[in-house]
Amino acid sequence: MLTLTHFLTLSAILFSISIAGIFINRKNMILLLMCIELMLLAVNFNFIALSRYLDDIAGQVFVFFVLTVAAAEAAIGLAILVIVFRTRQSINVQDLDSLKG
Amino acid sequence: MPDVSPAFAEIFLAVGICVVLITDLFLPQARRDITYVLALLCLVGTAWISSTIEVGSSPTVRFSGLFIADPLSQFLKIFVIAIVGVAFVYSREYLRERDLYKGEYYVLGLFALLGIMVMISAFSMLTMYLGLEMLSLALYAMVAFDRESPIAAEAAMKYFVLGAIASGILLYGMSIIYGVTGSLQLDQVAANLMASGPGQWSAGLGVVFILVGVAFKFGAVPFHMWLPDVYQGAPTSVTLFIGTAPKIAAFAMAIRLLVEGLGPEAATWQPMLTVLAVLSLAVGNILAIAQTNIKRMLAYSAIAHVGFILLGLLAGNEAGREAALFYTLIYVIMAAGAFGMVILMSRAGFEADRLDDYKGLNARSPWFAGIMLVLMFSLTGLPPFAGFFAKWSILAALVDADKIWLAALAVLFSVIGAFYYLRVVRLMYFDQGLDRTAPEAGLDLRILLSLNGLALLALGLFPDWLLRICTAVMA
Amino acid sequence: METIYLAIPLAPLAAAIIAGLFGRMIGRSGTHWITIIAVALSFALSVLVLQDQLVTDRVFNGSVYTWMVVDGVNMEIGFLIDRLSALMMVVVTFVSFMVHVYTVGYMHDDPGYQRFFCYISLFTFAMLMLVMANNFLQLFFGWEAVGLVSYLLIGFWYTRPTAIVANLKAFLVNRVGDFGFLLGIATLLFFTGSLDYVEVFATAESLQNQYIEVFAGIPWSAVSVACILLFVGAMGKSAQMPLHVWLPDSMEGPTPISALIHAATMVTAGVFMVARMSPLFEYSEAALSVVLVVGATTALLTGLLGIVQNDIKRIIAYSTLSQLGYMTVALGSSAYAAGIFHLTTHAFFKALLFLAAGSVILALHHEQDIRRMGGLKKYLPITYWTFLAGALALIGFPGTAGFFSKDALIEAVGYSTTPGASYAFVCVVAGVFVTALYTFRMFFLVFHGQERIDEDARQHLHESPWVVTLPLILLAIPSLLIGWPTIGPLLFGDYFGSSLAVLQQHDVLRQLGTGFPGALGFLEHALMSPAVYLAAAGLFVAWYLYLRNPDIVPALQRRFSHLYKLLLNKYYLDDFNDKVFARGSLAIGDMFWRVGDDAVIDGVFVDGSGRLIGWVSGVLSRFQTGYLYGYAFAMVIGLCALTGWMLLSG
Repeated sequence: MLTLTHFLTLSAILFSISIAGIFINRKNMILLLMCIELMLLAVNFNFIALSRYLDDIAGQVFVFFVLTVAAAEAAIGLAILVIVFRTRQSINVQDLDSLKG
Repeated sequence: MPDVSPAFAEIFLAVGICVVLITDLFLPQARRDITYVLALLCLVGTAWISSTIEVGSSPTVRFSGLFIADPLSQFLKIFVIAIVGVAFVYSREYLRERDLYKGEYYVLGLFALLGIMVMISAFSMLTMYLGLEMLSLALYAMVAFDRESPIAAEAAMKYFVLGAIASGILLYGMSIIYGVTGSLQLDQVAANLMASGPGQWSAGLGVVFILVGVAFKFGAVPFHMWLPDVYQGAPTSVTLFIGTAPKIAAFAMAIRLLVEGLGPEAATWQPMLTVLAVLSLAVGNILAIAQTNIKRMLAYSAIAHVGFILLGLLAGNEAGREAALFYTLIYVIMAAGAFGMVILMSRAGFEADRLDDYKGLNARSPWFAGIMLVLMFSLTGLPPFAGFFAKWSILAALVDADKIWLAALAVLFSVIGAFYYLRVVRLMYFDQGLDRTAPEAGLDLRILLSLNGLALLALGLFPDWLLRICTAVMA
Repeated sequence: METIYLAIPLAPLAAAIIAGLFGRMIGRSGTHWITIIAVALSFALSVLVLQDQLVTDRVFNGSVYTWMVVDGVNMEIGFLIDRLSALMMVVVTFVSFMVHVYTVGYMHDDPGYQRFFCYISLFTFAMLMLVMANNFLQLFFGWEAVGLVSYLLIGFWYTRPTAIVANLKAFLVNRVGDFGFLLGIATLLFFTGSLDYVEVFATAESLQNQYIEVFAGIPWSAVSVACILLFVGAMGKSAQMPLHVWLPDSMEGPTPISALIHAATMVTAGVFMVARMSPLFEYSEAALSVVLVVGATTALLTGLLGIVQNDIKRIIAYSTLSQLGYMTVALGSSAYAAGIFHLTTHAFFKALLFLAAGSVILALHHEQDIRRMGGLKKYLPITYWTFLAGALALIGFPGTAGFFSKDALIEAVGYSTTPGASYAFVCVVAGVFVTALYTFRMFFLVFHGQERIDEDARQHLHESPWVVTLPLILLAIPSLLIGWPTIGPLLFGDYFGSSLAVLQQHDVLRQLGTGFPGALGFLEHALMSPAVYLAAAGLFVAWYLYLRNPDIVPALQRRFSHLYKLLLNKYYLDDFNDKVFARGSLAIGDMFWRVGDDAVIDGVFVDGSGRLIGWVSGVLSRFQTGYLYGYAFAMVIGLCALTGWMLLSG
């Protein structure tokens, strides 16, 4: 029997994986975008599970908005990625280090 | 049909943005001024509508508890619209000289403003999130606005990734709070937290995540790392925008989420905010000393000032929140002036972003050296400029709240901080610059910048009326 | 009368604004005429106010402009005009007036001529606001404003490229002082709920019995804490040990500034402030004791440092430090009137010494090393005589202004029962000898003896123009004579009336003044005291050691060859004296200079903390690596730390 705890734990694990992915990954920027998507999905998972548990529709409505925003975010992220590639000929995270100190 | 009148300003702005966007499509580059004027008209209209909306002593809640109109929201909206207008005027020549004079800058700026206004009036975690994303997405795009600049692209990428993490963390916190209280609406969140008894660990977890989201938006240490890089990398007109209006949004977010929504959990977030505030004061002030780039220096100074704002918020009393509001307003005016000076000093093909570019400014333009002096003194917190009074009211609130050691620490760090502001003054007045030409700029920029500097002097001499407004709207 | 009060500070302010904004438009002469007339007006009105005070004795206490009211605390600009502030106003405006006139000659060729006048007028305004304040807020404003102008003026010629660390030094020292001062004001505000002098003073007695636990478990009387904190502020501004290191360095600025700010007025702000706060200090034995010991230490040790300096301005700077120490000692022994009296006479003779030194420097084309002077008496007669007047006043030669103030001060310390008074007495008496030694060492090396000037400089050597010498003469007169008419009323009469408060058991001046025989009698009485003889001994030693006329010695050797051996013997004796007396004091001074001042205070505390901040800044900035994953990691660490804290504490 799956309880709320299982859902929340899974969501927490997904969230942790996504965060870990962001700072462990030192190569490809596209992976960063994927991790961000995963993070939002973890949150969505949380919202849906809680919405079901609380028997309240607001959580699911929230998820729709998060999905929409995530799409917009991905669009902007990829657009920035294109600019980074055009100006630097690289999408390696380690190459983004001219601003520091 | 629900009564949508409290949101007329936002609706007008949204329609206005569409008009600007579509009009701009059909304009040749030579007629770009029309977009600029339209954007300014849009701001004037929004401000006018905002000011006519009736706000009673009891707040008006609309759209099934998603939207609130109260004196605070009205005041903050009018202020932020004015600041965006100032930023638009400052930016025009800078953009034109760099071939960036495009309608998108204004459209994105207006979208960011819409996001800020939504955040200011947010009464539900959902609207808060939507406003925040609308603001952030517009800002990411603005940072990357100069598509030829590698550092702007780098700054945009960093801002985007870190901002996305922060909003992910904020959302996660919101979902936990939703789970604990069963509601997204802030007053019900507060009521349910109060009813179930504050101090549960699950609610505490949510509070921590939301706090991190707020701290990121402010740029408090250790969630500040994006700030210096973005300030330095972005085109100065965008830095000006990011350095001013979103601070108001961050303040509104802190008040709505932490004070109004999570007020019953204050015992959890207050000590954490204390640590963040002290770290921000320390790191901001100390790191600013090592900088040679003025935009980066101002970024660290922003972090230090955020520390002060947080101190006001965590004092936990009415006076502290009023002081924090006052400080935020004054800081935004100071930051607008400081970045405005950087824009003034820049020319086509030359960014006046090194500290050395300010050497001997007094010999080149005594008037603007004087304005910069006022700005730097005010940022330092020297009397009789407005910055002093802002600091003073925060310290008074801290002393009132029996947090004397925090007040002492704050004074200590602002003393260290005074050093790098006064260094700029020294460079302007006592060093010889290589450049001997007076900075050239249009009349609009020069007049507005002068007014900006003089406003700080005037507010320092007569802070009473602004403080009275702060008291009235926070009550 | 209120209009006059208002006009006194506003005249220099208006002149400063005109000189600053329209300096280029009205030209050089326009600038100096406007500022000089404004300050002269201020001076004349101040004299009028003093006159009025003497006649009517009417204390004015009123606000001019209410800035705002917060939580019932009034923040306003207001004036408290009584005999204390009236006296200070006259001193400030007179010295400032003299310096304005002098600047016309001294800065003649400087490109920053208008700016300089703007700054010194601005300074005069700020100093007047400080002196005339009737509340702590305005006092603090004036305090910061004079510091700021001083910062601007030290930097006037300071164009050498300097590292961040070196810059931090003076800045940090002054901030330490201001920090203490601000905390002191905050403490008073906290306990009394008011910033107004009169209201705060009215509660002074009850503050004695309120306690603060600065360190847990040890209750301190609120008034002691407040007074000591205020005194920390005074230590910064009046350059008391160990916060004195900024003053010798400030000699980088032009000489008129050294005279106006770093000798006569600004540095005495701390002394004035403590005297103004006398109703508070009187209720704290602990604070008075701290004041006394710090002042005494400063008076002696900084005097010793003066012996080993070779820069003429630095020697005078150290003598300023030492004299400030004297004033502080007077405050500590509750002889406030004596402190203010010495402040007044010192303002005249120290401004005189600085301006005369400036005249020497000007004549030698900005040569400041006394080893490259000598024999200037015949080239600069007016400067010579006025400098001599200043030097005599400084060492307390009987009859000069400095004699009356310093001697009365020393005797008052002798009567004091404040803890530490006997230590202070030894210090100030020994200080008299030291003062005479370094003063006349400088005097002889500059004006007498062999000429050691560059041939090039000698060609152009001539007395300074009248705008330079006139202020010297005008300052020399009060330096010599002002003591005669003023000692009676100021110290032993009731001149200060209610503006200074002294408790019965502390009133050393009353003890000293019983049977005060008038100025002449005081002089006769003082001739019996050791101080005068110590001063004479110092003068003699200086003459003996530094004024060996090399032209006569070889001639005598030739003519009286049989006396040569005797002379040679005398030289041995001289050598002996040199080794024992002079080398001894030289070595002590040198030791303090190198070990105490340079290494410990400058090196460890001041430069050390500057370097520390610079270092921390460098290290911290390395954390901002520029790598995205590093930034993300910092955020995650922050999140985890906050979560962990929440879970552990909850």
